Amino acid sequence: MIKLENITKIYKNSDIETVALKNINLEIKEGEFVAIMGPSGSGKSTLMHILGCLDRPTSGRYFLEGKDVSTLNDDELAEIRKRKIGFVFQAYNLLPRIKVIEQVELPLVYAGVKPEERREKAIQALKAAAFPDNFWYHYPNQLSGGMQQRVAIARALVNDPILILADEPTGNLDTKTGEIVLDTFQRLNFEFGKTIVLVTHEEYVAKHAERIVLIRDGEIIDDFKVKERIIINGHFKNEFF
Amino acid sequence: MVILKMNFSDLLKEAFRSITANKLRSGLTILGIVIGITAVIAMLSIGEGAKRQLVQSIESLGSNMLTVFPGIIQPGRGIVSAGRGTAQSLKMKDVEVIKKIEGVKAVSPEISRRFQIVSSSGKNTNSLVLGVTPDYLIVRNAKIQSGKFFKENDLNRVAVLGPTVAEDLFGEEDPIGKTIKINKVNFKVIGVLEPKGSAGFINPDEVVLVPLLVMQKILTGSEYLSQIAVQAESSDLIESLKEEITQVLLKEHKVSPDNPDFSVIASQEFLNAFNSLINTMTIFLASIAAISLVVGGIGIMNMMLTSVTERTKEIGLRKAIGAKKKEILMQFLIESVILTLIGGIFGIILGSLISIAVSKFANITSQVSLYSIFLSLTFSSLVGIIFGYWPAKKAAELDPIVALRYE
Repeated sequence: MIKLENITKIYKNSDIETVALKNINLEIKEGEFVAIMGPSGSGKSTLMHILGCLDRPTSGRYFLEGKDVSTLNDDELAEIRKRKIGFVFQAYNLLPRIKVIEQVELPLVYAGVKPEERREKAIQALKAAAFPDNFWYHYPNQLSGGMQQRVAIARALVNDPILILADEPTGNLDTKTGEIVLDTFQRLNFEFGKTIVLVTHEEYVAKHAERIVLIRDGEIIDDFKVKERIIINGHFKNEFF
Repeated sequence: MVILKMNFSDLLKEAFRSITANKLRSGLTILGIVIGITAVIAMLSIGEGAKRQLVQSIESLGSNMLTVFPGIIQPGRGIVSAGRGTAQSLKMKDVEVIKKIEGVKAVSPEISRRFQIVSSSGKNTNSLVLGVTPDYLIVRNAKIQSGKFFKENDLNRVAVLGPTVAEDLFGEEDPIGKTIKINKVNFKVIGVLEPKGSAGFINPDEVVLVPLLVMQKILTGSEYLSQIAVQAESSDLIESLKEEITQVLLKEHKVSPDNPDFSVIASQEFLNAFNSLINTMTIFLASIAAISLVVGGIGIMNMMLTSVTERTKEIGLRKAIGAKKKEILMQFLIESVILTLIGGIFGIILGSLISIAVSKFANITSQVSLYSIFLSLTFSSLVGIIFGYWPAKKAAELDPIVALRYE
């Protein structure tokens, strides 16, 4: 579903060139739960931006569902993000003064979904993110960090994207609430078959995924299946049954 | 061309949410626009009112009027050569010639000068004294309220008072039969005119009328006329009469058509001249008022720039979830237009109240016209678009990655 071919990203700042990514080749299949792991400055954020169509590679090709998206313009990339990608950020990035349910509806507003349909889809997404229904009409500042992050997950889900990108989603949370969030991702992956790419610098967090891509100095140095995977609530892939 | 998928009510909702999020700031910014629009509306209304007043008063003079002035006056361009009153070229002979022209209904020769007037009880006033003939009543559409008017070629020192002068000199008393001193010469009051209201540059209620011959012999000591007012039989004849009067007077005065020593002006020309003068004044005043609108617009830009900076992260998020540049641009542009429109509406209300107060207390007629309301709404929206565009563009052009990382 995702295929990166010789992706290179070079940042130019006046005369200094910084190579953020070097010849990245990566393939992610539908329904996979992949963690991209690396220390800060390794280029994992840049990789995530390219995967999320927030940025274009300097060279190389990126195929998303077979379509080359590496040379699209800003508005075409926005269109891809709107229809195919859901983002979850470290800082939740909820809008202040907007009720939970409306936060989740926001991507649908830009997608031109009719107001009556929005509410229905938002409720489905909140349920899928295991967000308790008695908080649907609360404001973000009335919620704990873990709750806010689940609103963000619901928002990422609402457009039924083919790919969910999570950038350090547990970075602002304590271990326990972090686990609830990671559990939510695992459930989305197991029960709904969502493709998830999780970016993190923590090995413990990365171990919740089924595959880890290790990145350092802009290069993939390892790519392996997680041997002792942490599965929180005993979720199992449907294929086990 | 990117088609906006967001519908308009969503954009409005976003704009209102953001405006109400910081009520004090939005309110103060709106206030700048309110002041600008208020000033524009008040100025336009007062100008409009002045124009209406003038039109009414000149129309009350009659549209079938022509006035002959000594010297050259070009309506709309002011007095070119010698000014009215200083040039001396019109005589009673001219009046006789004009009277003979076909289509002339009545001719009123007039000599005007200001004099100090003292009543027998010692009250005094400075008034315009007009030496006229009984034709004045016909041509100037005036009526006698009490007493009588003097006769043609009357040589008695008698006077007819305008109602305002009568009240100033005699108060509640009946002035008929009383004596007044005009420039230290005794005159007997024989009549009072009906109130008529201001008629542009001369208020007929504030004049003292004396027989023309008496004016020439006793008060001015000169036979020259200040002006000759001519009434045509119908307003269709004005153009041809104007031409004819000019021709006979040129012959009478023995001057060349290139260098006449008099001017014939129709009342309509006066109306046009004054109208253009008032228009110029109104535009001038409204332009000054519009400067405060520009200042208000800078306030809008300032607020929008602050708002864009504060909401950088929000803009990043909106872009991440698929908002296109145009959608971000529209969101901010609509926000600033709503701000200026709210300011515009309040400004129109406040400006109208001010113009009503002005006509009530300052005795200046003012008129809030639909045109000035329309103009203000257009202007305030334009201010919103012009001063909101740059901040909105800045928001739309933000790099989503940079915006998302912004702290």
